[in-house]
Amino acid sequence: MTAAVETSGIKVRQVSGGMPRLHIAIFIALLAAGAVAPFLLYPVFVMKVMCFALFACAFNLLLGYTGLLSFGHAAFFGIASYVCAHTAKVWGLTPELAILLGTAAAAVLGLLIGALSIRRQGIYFAMVTLAFAQMVFFFSLQAPFTGGEDGIQAVPRGNLFGLISLKSDFTLYWLVLAITLGGLLAIYRIIHSPFGQVLKAIRENEPRAISLGYRVNRYKLATFVLSAALAGLAGSTKAIVFQLASLTDVHWSMSGEVVLMTLIGGMGTVFGPLVGATVIVTMQNYLATFGAWVTIIQGVTFVVCVMLFREGIVGVISKWIKKPL
Amino acid sequence: MRNTGFLLASLAASLMATSALAQDISVKIGVLNDRSGIYADLAGEGSVVAARMAVEDFGAEAKGMKVEIVSADHQNKPDVASTITRQWLDQDGVNAVVDVPTSSAALAVNEIIKGANAAFINSGAGTADLTGVACSPHTVHWTYDTWALANGTGSAMVKQGGDTWFFLTADYAFGHALERDTTAVVEKAGGKVLGHVRHPFPGTDFSSFLLQAQSSGAKVIGLANAGGDTVNAIKQASEFGITQAGQTLAGLLIFANDIHALGLQTAQGLVLTESFYWDMNDSTREWSARFEKIDGDKPSMVQAGVYAGVLHYLKAIEATKTTNADEVVAKMKEMPTDDPLFGKGVIRADGRKIHDMYLFRVKSPEQSKGPWDYYETLETIPAAEAFRPMADGNCPLVK
Amino acid sequence: MFELLGIPPQALFGQLLLGLINGSFYAILSLGLAIIFGLLNIINFAHGAQYMLGAFVAWMLLNYLGVSYWWALLLAPIIVGITGVILERLLVSRLYHLDHLYGLLLTFGLALIMQGVLRNQYGISGLPYTIPTQLAGGQNLGFMFLPNYRGWVVAASLVVCFATWFVIEKTRLGAYLRAATENPTLVSAFGINVPRMITLTYGFGVALAGFAGVLAAPIYSVNPNMGADLIIVVFAVVVIGGMGSILGSIITGFGLGLIEGLTKVFYPEGSSVVIFVIMAIVLLIKPAGLFGRTA
Repeated sequence: MTAAVETSGIKVRQVSGGMPRLHIAIFIALLAAGAVAPFLLYPVFVMKVMCFALFACAFNLLLGYTGLLSFGHAAFFGIASYVCAHTAKVWGLTPELAILLGTAAAAVLGLLIGALSIRRQGIYFAMVTLAFAQMVFFFSLQAPFTGGEDGIQAVPRGNLFGLISLKSDFTLYWLVLAITLGGLLAIYRIIHSPFGQVLKAIRENEPRAISLGYRVNRYKLATFVLSAALAGLAGSTKAIVFQLASLTDVHWSMSGEVVLMTLIGGMGTVFGPLVGATVIVTMQNYLATFGAWVTIIQGVTFVVCVMLFREGIVGVISKWIKKPL
Repeated sequence: MRNTGFLLASLAASLMATSALAQDISVKIGVLNDRSGIYADLAGEGSVVAARMAVEDFGAEAKGMKVEIVSADHQNKPDVASTITRQWLDQDGVNAVVDVPTSSAALAVNEIIKGANAAFINSGAGTADLTGVACSPHTVHWTYDTWALANGTGSAMVKQGGDTWFFLTADYAFGHALERDTTAVVEKAGGKVLGHVRHPFPGTDFSSFLLQAQSSGAKVIGLANAGGDTVNAIKQASEFGITQAGQTLAGLLIFANDIHALGLQTAQGLVLTESFYWDMNDSTREWSARFEKIDGDKPSMVQAGVYAGVLHYLKAIEATKTTNADEVVAKMKEMPTDDPLFGKGVIRADGRKIHDMYLFRVKSPEQSKGPWDYYETLETIPAAEAFRPMADGNCPLVK
Repeated sequence: MFELLGIPPQALFGQLLLGLINGSFYAILSLGLAIIFGLLNIINFAHGAQYMLGAFVAWMLLNYLGVSYWWALLLAPIIVGITGVILERLLVSRLYHLDHLYGLLLTFGLALIMQGVLRNQYGISGLPYTIPTQLAGGQNLGFMFLPNYRGWVVAASLVVCFATWFVIEKTRLGAYLRAATENPTLVSAFGINVPRMITLTYGFGVALAGFAGVLAAPIYSVNPNMGADLIIVVFAVVVIGGMGSILGSIITGFGLGLIEGLTKVFYPEGSSVVIFVIMAIVLLIKPAGLFGRTA
């Protein structure tokens, strides 16, 4: 994780003294951008960007801050989206409950998979998570409630708290914006809490952390579960927005996509995955007419990123202004 | 070739746009299909070509209608399909979405259009749910569905003497549905199903499953899968000498472009059902020749369906003088259809377009007289029997 | 229908043979991956695309130049190997000092580019490639009909795998290679051009993928996505065998082919996931894989 180490070389001074001013400014700017966006852009598109941004940030919590590369994060994203869609459609739950249940399902799955895989490191960790994700995919294909390759369609958006109808894209938009910013703030809090500092210590020198008396595996597992739950939150929200849950969400290429987003934005930075997700989703959306060119352009992006700026977009900016982002 | 055709067509479209005629109705049609994946040859750019040809042949310009065609790639993913459709309807003012292969994507689009002011003319997808439990007042399902294919191949094969069956089924809902529908048809016609094997989806090696099918001793091996799986299964069946040993392969979802990819040497003897083949009569030949000039390949039945569907849609707009989806689709169902490719037909209240289906057998290389000369017709399944009776579909519109 | 006891031993034997045939592909592909990983420390995610490239090159040689299958079997791997050498010089070689992750991401990107370009050019339906006449037909073994071509696949892959293992483990050249991965500075002090050796190794690993591609062309459809799903399975094979272990990847390749073959008989639905189940179990019990040395 050379790049991650490089960016983290710039230390955050204020651990307990609240957010640095720059970050407060960025959060306010994000909130402002979020408030303006639906009037300028197509709201459903912006919601999609937000769901993936949250997913990428959740993934980055694991990769960027504990150095564990999971190649199976689609499992959490997808299973949450299935559970959310099923509970909203078949059980008739209100959207907030369905989203919570989806998130909880992802957390439980994260606990199971995490407990088994965090003992492995590096590429072996990536492979174990991939193996489990493939089993989850198999389960999603076979289980009767997931609807096979048709997925769960026509999921009702329902009424928030049983009161506010989410049928209009605009109303739903504010909910998604709240969830995304909430998730982002939560991740920010986790990273800058004492818990987050221990994670950094582990990533930079695991034996030292052990010798200091930290139960390293517990910290890793806790992060894994948090990351899985937040990925689940993103997946559940996506199910409500698009009113469907499908195999695309659990397929391994989704796990690959989230790695791409994080890498492009800059792993180990708070705001990088957000930027990465925006870039990728926008690209997929506006290049959809070009057919096979999408694949080629994505491939070129990968290569260019790895060869020229491994710190990612935000990583480069952060180095440039000499402040952590 | 493809590109020049494309340019010419867009040039023609832009010329049409500039011609100022009184009482213009402007119509925007979105061709949404797979342009990079497994169905890119079946639908893809060819469907866009077909839609443009329909606009041209309809003579939209002369009739004072401004028709614009847009297109996008849904990558066979329901979420991508649904994003594009929403954007088209909410932002770009698209009046009708056409084609949409891949059942899951088609169902997602169908859900959106149900509650919007737009029409959905599906040609590419197989799921019979579009005119069954998921039916919508804005949807017309044009070309084929899995029920029709299962019915055509199943009953006609039994009639031809293939009365014992073994299924090679792709292990997902679509494959299961194909197997279930065909089993019902085969048993109804007096045949017997000896067994089945479910293979993972997607699969590459089918030899093991094919040997299981072979040892069952069934006369017909039904391929309840699609796309690359079917192609690979047929290829390997020929390699393992399964067809040579006397068993017949019946494709339940396979198209002319798949046969083109397989080559006749491998595909010969395969029996399949389609609703359109370029070499059926003078008007299909004439149209297909024009299509080939632009696209480079002969049209598939899905592309033919896009052409016929768009043509009928434009006729209904001409008759109602509006693009209001409720009125136009109602008109489409009310007017009998007539086009050079599917002949005369009707659209039922549940949205199902009714026409003849054909049982074809793939020719051997010796029988074939030239490129794209692939099929001999075994049987014509009359329109009245070709599709699922409306009462069996459980479509809420017709209850 | 097919129960454990309901299967006649002969039919079972047929299925095992088929498993062995699939295993041959796993073995050649995972061998190439293992060599590249063992000697270069690069996780070559483009391996599946390079396998696909081998099949396409064979098809192009036949259709544009009229080169027969047998020459393609020699030429296509060389051509694919050369593209590999070029990629290594231009891109991959710049990543050796970095984390595995970057090599994986770079080659993943390269795989996407190769697939996209060929898809643009040739569509997705696949291209026909007929079995060479010398190997057409088959043998009736009594318990099953074995196409000659499949028999050839097993034989060819066994020979190639064994020869590769022999060169790397038993010859002087192989010794240099192994030494160079342990301590490149020391080996170059002996006057050996280490970077060139590494480049050629990558080229050879890639050529193996190309060779498997040519072998596969007549039996699987030649299409741009033919390697995309296979690569994940082959990765699992390499990991189970132990990353970088040459013999491990060969044995595991054939072994998993057999296990997968049996799954196809007893629980066909599960045959796509069985390898991943095994991978998870192996990694949890034996972290470095079956044949890997613990780091």
